[in-house]
Amino acid sequence: MDGNFKSKWDELIQPGMVHGSLYYDDAIFKEEVEKIWFTTWVYIGHESEIPDRNDFVTKSIGPMPVLMVRDSNGEIQLLLNRCPHRGNAVCVQERGNRARFTCPYHSWTFSNTGDLINYAFPEGYKGTDKSGLGLGKVTRTASYRGFVFGSMAAEGPTLEEHLGGAKRCIDQLCDNSPTGEIEISAGFLKHRTRANWKFILENECDGYHPAFVHSSIFSVADSAIGDLYGNDAVAVTRSFGNGHVEVDPRPEFRRRDKPMSWFGTSAEKLPDYVAQMNAAYGEERARQIMIDGSPHTMIFPNLFIAEIQIFVIQPVSANESIQHSTAIQFKGAPDINRRLRQQTMGSVGPAGFLLADDTEMYERNQRGLEIRQPEYLYLKRGDFRERRDEDGFLIAHSTDDMPSREIWKHYRKMMEAK
Amino acid sequence: MSTDTAEIEGPDILKEWVGKTRTYEKSFNPELYHEVQQFIFREARLQDIHDYDAWEDLWTDDALYWVPANGTDTDPERQMSLIYDNRSRIALRIRQLKTGRRHSQTPPSQLARVVSNFEFLKSEADDIKVMCNAQIFETNLRGDTMWSSRNEYSLRRVDGELKIAYKKVVLINNNKAIYTLSFLV
Ligand code: FES
Ligand SMILES: [Fe+2]
Repeated sequence: MDGNFKSKWDELIQPGMVHGSLYYDDAIFKEEVEKIWFTTWVYIGHESEIPDRNDFVTKSIGPMPVLMVRDSNGEIQLLLNRCPHRGNAVCVQERGNRARFTCPYHSWTFSNTGDLINYAFPEGYKGTDKSGLGLGKVTRTASYRGFVFGSMAAEGPTLEEHLGGAKRCIDQLCDNSPTGEIEISAGFLKHRTRANWKFILENECDGYHPAFVHSSIFSVADSAIGDLYGNDAVAVTRSFGNGHVEVDPRPEFRRRDKPMSWFGTSAEKLPDYVAQMNAAYGEERARQIMIDGSPHTMIFPNLFIAEIQIFVIQPVSANESIQHSTAIQFKGAPDINRRLRQQTMGSVGPAGFLLADDTEMYERNQRGLEIRQPEYLYLKRGDFRERRDEDGFLIAHSTDDMPSREIWKHYRKMMEAK
Repeated sequence: MSTDTAEIEGPDILKEWVGKTRTYEKSFNPELYHEVQQFIFREARLQDIHDYDAWEDLWTDDALYWVPANGTDTDPERQMSLIYDNRSRIALRIRQLKTGRRHSQTPPSQLARVVSNFEFLKSEADDIKVMCNAQIFETNLRGDTMWSSRNEYSLRRVDGELKIAYKKVVLINNNKAIYTLSFLV
């Protein structure tokens, strides 16, 4: 190969600099759908959203809808809602409970394992083998602690290999439940956003913006979140590789040494929850869990665990995305669950005290890129102070651009792959 | 007073969008109708012009302001809502708007809303229950957005003045992905 050869990705993604077209170019978006969304492990939904046999709910992989189904045997299936006959939708309900899906166009009927059971006027199909005419499926399905992921690629890393060090964050989240299980049961707020999905992705672990974007709510509510992202914060950002990044505030919470301080409250205010935690884990371990709190982790490309809520990022087109958000519920812990819902409803979604303003920023960024100079976005903040933690993961100050740089490094690797 | 019970017939999906049983007042009280309509028009104007203090003054001390998501008669104690504010959270919402740093309202949305189709509901207590429809045109930095809702109020007389004890705003597209909604709806 010519030593001077530069791929388009060398041009577009440089150290600490990314080209604006990565956020608005329709051709790049199409390429992302193939090389990222239809290749890597994508978060689909949580097993608790379909607790009973024959439950189903509509989810997505990128712009493509996916039916997450608990089939009549109790197994999770990820079915594609496209009738193999002529492409009609076999289901137009967003969620429900049914053992069979019948296409309205010519009445082909499918089981909820995706098999074709019957077609109308079968005489016309004499000699046809039904087995090749079932619903399409997401190629690979796997779950980790109730979180269901799908990949459209037949080959590639396993889900656990893909998650790598970020598994710790899902474990940390589940540990905050006295039963070790979380539930996603409150329905989703769906926030339409006229901006590219990567602005949302990058913002999730951007500790630089809260002091400014959220100063309106910090100044009128007593919130300790602001302290985590100040100039003097001891919280760190961490990269796990594969595009997964977190803001880890545990150093700050360990300094405070107060159980439930992470949630802006105290152990005294949640006596039932604390008693359940002590009974489940023993007092010493329970105390540590309640000091460390829940993680703030972006699992590439679409699952953001934001301490007490999850966000699922869905790309619609280069210029449009949907943020799906809901409160996490700790299974069997009603006294904390109400607070989790109340705080979530206040913070997120189209009317949220926080997310309305984050989203305003995404949309202004997107419009800003129509101005063609300078061509590149500047992501070098803190590049001189990156370091490795004891596990070898890259860490940086909580306000640094390191998470963005790491996301782009992984993005480039995926986009360059043949 | 004679009343009408509007039982919605048909599939559950319809009830999800139109609401479950509501009992409408058949009798017509022109004075009350006029007073309530003027009160709700005034509320609409205060929202349109972002007169935050005057709007906050319309609420009773035990008020509830509810904008459900994903249906009409959802359970706000189990399901996510777009807004589910008690009186102190209404006050917090207003305090945030008044900082001038609520970016999604800086500059504020330019708004005009039309409120119509007033119908009184049968009320057990002294509260006056009224339903109406609203259409809101919003324009802001992003562009133009149309909002449409069915609203339900409980109004109460406090020292002779009408106050809002309860307001529920059911956006017609509340099961879909919607743009930022940070003006007072
Ligand atoms: S398209 Fe589904 S049966 Fe014909
Ligand atoms: Fe934010």
